[in-house]
Amino acid sequence: MSERPLDEWPLWEVFVRARRGLSHTHVGSLHAADAEHALHNARDLYTRRREGVSLWVVPAASITASAPDDREVLFDPADDKVYRHPTFYSVPEGVEHL
Amino acid sequence: MVSTETSPRAEPAAARERFDAVIAAGERIEPRDWMPDDYRATLVRQIAQHAHSEIIGMQPEANWITRAPSLKRKAVLIAKVQDEAGHGLYLYSAAETLGVSRAELLDMLHEGRQKYSSIFNYPTLTWADVGVIGWLVDGAAITNQVPLCRCSYGPYARAMVRVCKEESFHQRQGFEILHVLAHGTPEQRAMAQDATDRWYWPSLMMFGPPDAESAHSARSMAYGIKRFSNDELRQRFVDMIVPQADALGLTLPDPDLRWNPERGHYDFGEIDWAEFTQVLKGNGPCNRQRLSHRRAAHAEGAWVREAARAHAAKRARRAEHEGSPA
Repeated sequence: MSERPLDEWPLWEVFVRARRGLSHTHVGSLHAADAEHALHNARDLYTRRREGVSLWVVPAASITASAPDDREVLFDPADDKVYRHPTFYSVPEGVEHL
Repeated sequence: MVSTETSPRAEPAAARERFDAVIAAGERIEPRDWMPDDYRATLVRQIAQHAHSEIIGMQPEANWITRAPSLKRKAVLIAKVQDEAGHGLYLYSAAETLGVSRAELLDMLHEGRQKYSSIFNYPTLTWADVGVIGWLVDGAAITNQVPLCRCSYGPYARAMVRVCKEESFHQRQGFEILHVLAHGTPEQRAMAQDATDRWYWPSLMMFGPPDAESAHSARSMAYGIKRFSNDELRQRFVDMIVPQADALGLTLPDPDLRWNPERGHYDFGEIDWAEFTQVLKGNGPCNRQRLSHRRAAHAEGAWVREAARAHAAKRARRAEHEGSPA
């Protein structure tokens, strides 16, 4: 029986919550046949040293990413809105808790 | 790491300018950024070779798992060999972000079209070899890999941070094995010295040919993939292991090894580059064995990969069936 290529196992992105109170953070990717298999592989690959208390696995194909070329369109408009930062405002001397 | 997506083709001149600016600023290139073809090719070659080295490197050490001298040493060695598999997987993931598939990479390894570190073509003849591999081979690997944590390609740099954290356990466990042997019976001491004698020169070769003859060095340095030259890293390694050998009470088999106060470094002897070339060409003691074992392991694992796919397909069909309205 001829073997189909190994990369027929889809690619999954792995996210680990390092401890309670923290967000899940992207740590890398792996191949697995399905979600349960991906979780098992993620456990073996990314948490051999108590790196986490919770795992997410997401099919890589399900992620929609912004394109590097859209950077200006997406992010530059924020550059001239310094009034969104508290440091934009002057406060009289001696006023506290502001 | 969405590896299936290729970089969008931006206007080349502007894209090149932006790429150069990112490299010049010491920032990271990420998978979907535009990058020059030779940057991508250099990274694929280097990361693949690195990944292959990790999984081929499992063989010489796994050779001693069933014969480890105690349950503790056995558990440690299993954990270490499992780490090497993990390092290979981190690196294959990083390579895949460059648009090459894992199956292709494995095919290239199996067909001898991509290389792995020639150090793994030497045999592990005694238990002391397991110690020396941790001390010298992993020590040399760490010297090479720490600067790669700042490599210009984000996914490679991030994989290396993880690898380096785990390598320090490997280096220490090896040093401890040797320390115990070097302070044991005369036979154990002799075994530790013999293993050190056999691995010293090959470990110096791990840094690659001298700078003047290194084919890819200049380009890799310009691209921020490599931060230090082969000879600089080799010198750093020698300076590190000489005092460590003293602490072990072992001698390094190099009559030219001595402190040079003018340079502030240890001088060391001439490396036998003819041997290096021979091993690289496939004529080392274990080249054929390593590759044939790898191919056999891959072929013998085919049914597992097939079964996992079949199981996943069956579960997906069932879920669809149960989920459909009656």
